[in-house]
Amino acid sequence: MYKYDEIDQRILNERVQQFRGQMDRYLAGELTEEEFLPLRLQNGLYIQRFAPMFRIAIPYGMINSTQLRKLAEISRKFDRGYVHFTTRQNVQFNWHKLEQVPDSLAELASVEMHANQTSGNCIRNTTTDQFAGVIADEVADPRPYCEIIRQWSTFHPEFAYLPRKFKIAVNASPTTDRAAVQVHDIGLQLVRNDAGELGFRVYVGGGLGRTPVIGSVIREFLPEKHLLSYLESILRVYNRYGRRDNKFRARIKILVRAMTPEVFAQKVEEDWAHAKDGPTTLTPEEVARVSQFFTEPEYETLEDNPPALLDKLETVKAFNKWYHRNVNRHKKPGYAIVTLTLKKVGTAPGNMNDQELEKIAELADRYSFGEARVTHEQNIVLADIRQQDLFDLWQEIKALGLATPNLGLLTDIICCPGGDYCSLANAKSIPVAEAIQARFDDIDYLWDLGELDLNISGCMNACGHHHVGNIGILGVDKKGEEWYQVSLGGTSGHETTLGDILGPSFAREEMPDVIEKILTVYVENRIEGELFIDTYRRIGITPFKERVYAKAH
Amino acid sequence: MPKLIKNGQIVEDNWVVMPKPDDAASASVTGENVIVPMSVWLAQADQLSQRNDLGVWIDSDEEVEAIADHLDRFQVIAINFPSFRDGRGYSTARLLRERYGYKGELRAIGDVLQDQLFYMHRCGINAFVVREDRDPQKALEGLRSFTETYQAAVDQPLPLFRRRSS
Repeated sequence: MYKYDEIDQRILNERVQQFRGQMDRYLAGELTEEEFLPLRLQNGLYIQRFAPMFRIAIPYGMINSTQLRKLAEISRKFDRGYVHFTTRQNVQFNWHKLEQVPDSLAELASVEMHANQTSGNCIRNTTTDQFAGVIADEVADPRPYCEIIRQWSTFHPEFAYLPRKFKIAVNASPTTDRAAVQVHDIGLQLVRNDAGELGFRVYVGGGLGRTPVIGSVIREFLPEKHLLSYLESILRVYNRYGRRDNKFRARIKILVRAMTPEVFAQKVEEDWAHAKDGPTTLTPEEVARVSQFFTEPEYETLEDNPPALLDKLETVKAFNKWYHRNVNRHKKPGYAIVTLTLKKVGTAPGNMNDQELEKIAELADRYSFGEARVTHEQNIVLADIRQQDLFDLWQEIKALGLATPNLGLLTDIICCPGGDYCSLANAKSIPVAEAIQARFDDIDYLWDLGELDLNISGCMNACGHHHVGNIGILGVDKKGEEWYQVSLGGTSGHETTLGDILGPSFAREEMPDVIEKILTVYVENRIEGELFIDTYRRIGITPFKERVYAKAH
Repeated sequence: MPKLIKNGQIVEDNWVVMPKPDDAASASVTGENVIVPMSVWLAQADQLSQRNDLGVWIDSDEEVEAIADHLDRFQVIAINFPSFRDGRGYSTARLLRERYGYKGELRAIGDVLQDQLFYMHRCGINAFVVREDRDPQKALEGLRSFTETYQAAVDQPLPLFRRRSS
């Protein structure tokens, strides 16, 4: 994991001081509400339904045990003893007192954490694959590039007052895209060219929200060293020409579509022609300096499938189920990647209390070199587990309710905080998730259904990524009442598609029945081996529509 | 006389900003030391080029490219921030300094506040007309927020990574 040097730490400490001063001036009435707004947003602070919502960055998802313990401590000291993991590798507090936020930031800074640019019209936290560095098929480890982008985007003087927020994601696997790069403002896919040189395929203008769009490729191959200067040119074209008259038309996707991707690309190239090979060109020394923080930990020489593991897989059925669902293949023999699912029935997806945070810190220390990752599916990954330890680890996390073997299944729901917490939401989302999780709690049935993404957003802003769920649920407001619109057929990854709207929306209490009908149509129509999405693509939306909206007899 | 922050000092401002007229071609530029709207300059460039006491101001929706060939005529160029949340002027400033090599006074006018000065300065703005309801003396603190920065910009042409390794 990246480790701050004296300069990184100094910049961060000065940021805390700067915000403390701004907060003091705000509280003293020297800054108006309007003037304070972008300042607090760029320090992670929203004013929410009940109290400020305070969003902390977990850069590209990496977090160590010291930081996990600090989050637990802060949740006790300044909040209500729990945190919420978001769909963008951030973590949120919901109950901080406004005037205590600078103190909380100072505590975070002591463990190299911050809330910089986690909100506001600026470049946000860069995200990547939660399995970065431990899967066999990646082109290169994406994390050094994420860190390089983090530093470049941190307090970038030209891009702090963009037309709208700006999100960058990096993916390195040629076969899967867990970072969802095609639905980001900029998506970077690490690739090698025919000469074997490292670079990026550059997508621009993707995004969910009110107007979901899949990103366009504006450059098939950007050599590694030009990464930052090229990003700077994209941002400059957006900063200059993106719409500022209408908040809902201000994202880069609208500009790219209005200009056409070809013209946008040409604008970027024109600007970049001046900056190319200038001082912002990456040096091999810098790539090497940052990469040294992401070298492999001291792995032992081990064999795959040790007898201790095989024995337990054979004899303990529940362990076997969990192993096949929540454990992924590691690039090193004898190791495994474990995902802890934060989706047990009765808790909001992505929520975790202080004791659980500390327990995970302890497990990370004992089993996984003291590091963990957070995922955009709102789960936590321990990436370097010895296979011989899997059974012991499983027993420990089972006791914590973090071993539900539902990873990738129906009840591994992605869900935003919704109307329970968020002032933007049209409708609550957590109770819908809970009702669905409660209805479908038979793990054998879930297994039989197979992989299926169900995503819930409480409003058009789509924090729950409903457009790219195989089943998507969107909270809508109809004359002051909360209703839910269902879409089918969305997918994320390399073959990103947006879901089709099923039809008129439903009341909250109808939702479990609606989902059940949809699942029944799938089960009745599927051909051996077909996932939900395959069946949907084959038979189309009509059979689902007919069943769900059939008049009761 | 109004005050101006210039090169980190508070000084007297002896320039007058001419508002945008309805008709740029016919508006008359009266008085001395006038900062004229870019549209007026472009419409009357032949006559106005005769004068050596003019500056020009660029609005946030105007493209600096249009006057790129005229820059040596101006003693001062001002960039207007109609709202402190309109960030286009930051790009305009860098283009003037880095691409077009403008060396004269570059000032921020409009909704200019303490908390934006640091980034403005990094982008090459060296003079600030702080909004008139705010104390420029206090606003000076905004220029001192950070002692180190990551990116290359006008104030520091080398990114941190090129200085770190040395």
